[in-house]
Amino acid sequence: MIDSLIHSNKAELTQSAKNGSPVVLSTRVRLARNLVDTPFPGRASKSQRSDVLTKCVDRIAELPQMKQGLFFDTAELSDLEKQVLVERHLISRELCEAESGSGVFINKDQTCSVMINEEDHLRIQFMKTGFNLRSVWKQIDRFDSSLEDGLDVAFSQEFGYLTACPTNLGTALRASVMMHLPGLVISEHMDKVIRAVNQLGITVRGLFGEGSDATGHVFQISNQQTLGESEEEIMSRLGSVFKTIIDHEINARFKYLEQNRARLLDQIGRAFGTLQNAHVLNSNEAMNLLSLVRLAVDFEMLPEVNRSEVDRLFIECQPGHIQHAAGEGIEPDARDLCRADKVREEFARFPSLNFDKVNVIE
Amino acid sequence: MAENLKCSHCNNPATVHLTQIVNNKIIKVDLCESCAQAKGVTDPEGFSLADLLTKTNLIPEGGEPQITCPSCGLTSADFRRTGRLGCATCYLHFIPLLRPVLEDMHAGTLHKGKVPQVALSRQSAAAELQTLKNALERAISEEAYEDAAKYRDQIQAIKKSADSEAVHS
Repeated sequence: MIDSLIHSNKAELTQSAKNGSPVVLSTRVRLARNLVDTPFPGRASKSQRSDVLTKCVDRIAELPQMKQGLFFDTAELSDLEKQVLVERHLISRELCEAESGSGVFINKDQTCSVMINEEDHLRIQFMKTGFNLRSVWKQIDRFDSSLEDGLDVAFSQEFGYLTACPTNLGTALRASVMMHLPGLVISEHMDKVIRAVNQLGITVRGLFGEGSDATGHVFQISNQQTLGESEEEIMSRLGSVFKTIIDHEINARFKYLEQNRARLLDQIGRAFGTLQNAHVLNSNEAMNLLSLVRLAVDFEMLPEVNRSEVDRLFIECQPGHIQHAAGEGIEPDARDLCRADKVREEFARFPSLNFDKVNVIE
Repeated sequence: MAENLKCSHCNNPATVHLTQIVNNKIIKVDLCESCAQAKGVTDPEGFSLADLLTKTNLIPEGGEPQITCPSCGLTSADFRRTGRLGCATCYLHFIPLLRPVLEDMHAGTLHKGKVPQVALSRQSAAAELQTLKNALERAISEEAYEDAAKYRDQIQAIKKSADSEAVHS
């Protein structure tokens, strides 16, 4: 069912024409919305949920942004297909568990997905590669306004947009960036950063959100608070925290390089060698090695075009993607062989590492 | 005096006594050793009672107002168990339970962001239309035809302006 998504040559996160940026992999903004007069999904009856689904799907299908978009009913997706969509950040784990009458609408280039009857009636998400908070906000704001033109949403003057969980009340906005922070992890500063941003009402989580660990040195950083500040205030506060983290990351990288040059270059070189030659590769190892290759691109040891290839492999090396590519039902051990084959093949096309290019900051 | 107090949960002698001011109200809770452990109250200095009240059943049933949403039937016990509300109407009725939670959770308790103008004006126009329709029916059944004509004209005027807005947009 989802083949056209996976083989699309326009998918934002895996087929971006841009070279990606150092540190920030992607930016996402999501809004939660509920229809007035129908209980939230967790408390709605089966028939109410299916009414909401029909109403929302009809409205979303009319929007120009969803031209050539695809709708998937959760009940019709296999577990593996759901896992692939989670790995592409198009649906949440919660939607996978959702009762009947739920689904997701995904636009053509996979920058926008709208989940229906997840925790709220509507969970709208826009994403883009790189650090793009403002432009992603503009897009989602426009989409949300045209959606509201045709749907009556639950809203109160006092509490703003009404959501099933009070943690999302108000703007119901969650803005997050996916950051690659090997410098802060290797120099053991990450815990300090997490504690500091937590104090500012900002959450740090692993690649796949709540409860996931930070393999590949990739972290999801987002606002926690949604009520009492406007969208602009939330985003300008977040934006300045993100910029500070980026600065700290860059400093940590160069400081580590200065003090442990041979050690760092050795790690990068061995990672590259392993990816070029391994025959068995589990997903954790693959992520951590790919992380070092991304760092190599940032240090100009590899051309910039290789960065987006690494970003694509971050997603395509996930268990669901490997299994989906190999056909259903292969064992985890066999997955590790398929993953190694894929990575070997891709890395055969990479140029060799240019160690002379690595310069210590002037 | 404190020695005579019983645990608010199991009637064993209470050894842990908590007093905090939450929203200008003094809240006291007495717990025995094992209930305190079970509720995670081990360091009385280090946590907020308000936090705990919303998350766990520290105050036994009946110790706070029992709320039931008239629209979806959600009860305060449901809310405390799941942390989720059932529908938009819940927000009108659960305010006493919500307010302390929101103060802890967010930067403020008043919405300062986007307002869905179009949807709101459509909703209020629909409500106005319904009121007029009800008045029209009542006037007809009471044979107050002059009033009925007045309501009918008003309804038509609203419908007409809604139509022309639709054409323009």
